[in-house]
Amino acid sequence: MPSTAPRMRPGPKAASPSKKTVMFAPDIILAAVLNGLMTGSVYALIALGLTLVYGVLHIINFAHGATLTAAMFAVYVAQTMLAIDPYVALVPITLLFFVLGYGVQRFVIGPASHGEDRNILLVTLGLSIVIENAMLSIFRSDTRSIDVPYAFESIDLGFTFLALPRVAAFGVALLVALLLGLLLTTTDTGRAIRAVAKEKTGAALAGIDVAHIYAVTFGLGAACVAIAACLLMPTFYVTPRAGNAFVLVAFTIVVLGGMGSIPGALLGALFIGVVESLCGLFFGESLGQIGIFLIFILVLLVKPTGLFGARA
Amino acid sequence: MLEVRGLIAGYGGTDVLRGIDLDVAPGEIVAVLGANGVGKTTLNRALSGLIAPRAGTIRFLGEAIGGRKPAAIVSAGLIHVPEGRRIFPNMSVRDNLVLGSYRRGKPARQNNLERIFALFPRLRERSAQAAGTLSGGEQQMLAIGRGLMGEPRLIILDEPSLGLSPLLVEEMFTLIARIAADGLAVMLVEQNVVQSLELASRAYVLENGRIVAAGPAAEIAADPALKHAYLGL
Repeated sequence: MPSTAPRMRPGPKAASPSKKTVMFAPDIILAAVLNGLMTGSVYALIALGLTLVYGVLHIINFAHGATLTAAMFAVYVAQTMLAIDPYVALVPITLLFFVLGYGVQRFVIGPASHGEDRNILLVTLGLSIVIENAMLSIFRSDTRSIDVPYAFESIDLGFTFLALPRVAAFGVALLVALLLGLLLTTTDTGRAIRAVAKEKTGAALAGIDVAHIYAVTFGLGAACVAIAACLLMPTFYVTPRAGNAFVLVAFTIVVLGGMGSIPGALLGALFIGVVESLCGLFFGESLGQIGIFLIFILVLLVKPTGLFGARA
Repeated sequence: MLEVRGLIAGYGGTDVLRGIDLDVAPGEIVAVLGANGVGKTTLNRALSGLIAPRAGTIRFLGEAIGGRKPAAIVSAGLIHVPEGRRIFPNMSVRDNLVLGSYRRGKPARQNNLERIFALFPRLRERSAQAAGTLSGGEQQMLAIGRGLMGEPRLIILDEPSLGLSPLLVEEMFTLIARIAADGLAVMLVEQNVVQSLELASRAYVLENGRIVAAGPAAEIAADPALKHAYLGL
């Protein structure tokens, strides 16, 4: 597990040896919290996609990790073959993955599930196997990363340095979460998504095309991981299984925040990011994720509906 | 405007409806009566597209709508207000109503909202409240209001008086009369036989997936043998 755990490549923070000697100084802890928030913001995007699909279709999308991997390869191809910067590729790749997600739900998962939600789960599991193996046959199992000129640019806060790509990821992720929230609360499509989530029959009788809303939701989930992929690639690497480790963390976040809860996913992700970062600081980088899974077990034991979960 | 011929529908291996012929004319209130389990809800589900008919035709305003998706049937102007209300409990009363106009353009939305609020002043008072926190009677008003937001030509009301206090039942039937007075056709599917027959111009009696009696409501109300055999009176 630790070898596949999503860890960011060490940024400028680790490269300042003078501060490394005072391990637990407040500055160091604050820097770890800030780094954790930045990691958490990317987790949030992945968790938002997962929780949105769960909230509406009431299934865990097993293809979420494979979708993230595919999006990361899309960023890789855009950068290495087409010389398109990940931040420039963000909009087209996000749109592409929205369309792909919509199409896959509308024309593959939906028809294959014959109206039974639990079949959707199995179809997504099958899809993840297909996508992963397609990636494996195209890109083989090599670890690949992209070179961008700003990868090691940083912002000097006086007491620490923050890697510029990660600050950008934090800003974009929060903006996307905000836009997603606005979409769900202020647009007709957003209202329809929330209506289908709670009352499918009522929604159909109000004239909402449930199959279309399922597909839009699936498309939004894919778009979320596509954005995450664009934000990750400047500081991370991709292998045909890279997405899975992230989705494992995202699943913990979704359980922590409450299955289907959008604010739960956002706050849970930031919290988990900080926990991971602090555990990494106190117990060493390779044990950073131990705190995440301890929390996961604690939540299941103490509050299985999650922090923002609806009452069963 | 609604013309059903030889309709057969059901679930799994069972046919619940076994050949239904039924008509609703513009502006008319038609009652569909029958005990529990005779196929009233299945009839509504087939008419609104929630299940596909196995045989027979459903024509609405001249178009064959049998087997179409619910969204397309709502667009055509046939709206089914289901038993159990099926409102969106986590959303505000206003958002519930707004979603009722999902198939209609936004320009007419505000006017329709005003119309619904005039018809149901309680909904205006509670427009910002979560729909799940309304009382049963208010939820039923909201369900009907949401249906009316879709600008129906024919509205199917499935058990609108179910679970309401006697006073509210009275109020509900008065409201249905007011809705119909605006020229809207109403298909009233009810177990409340006496009041439905008072309100409706015509009625159908369903038994075991078939129509066993049809005619002017007054005639059916005046037939004690019929009422005793099929309607438990």
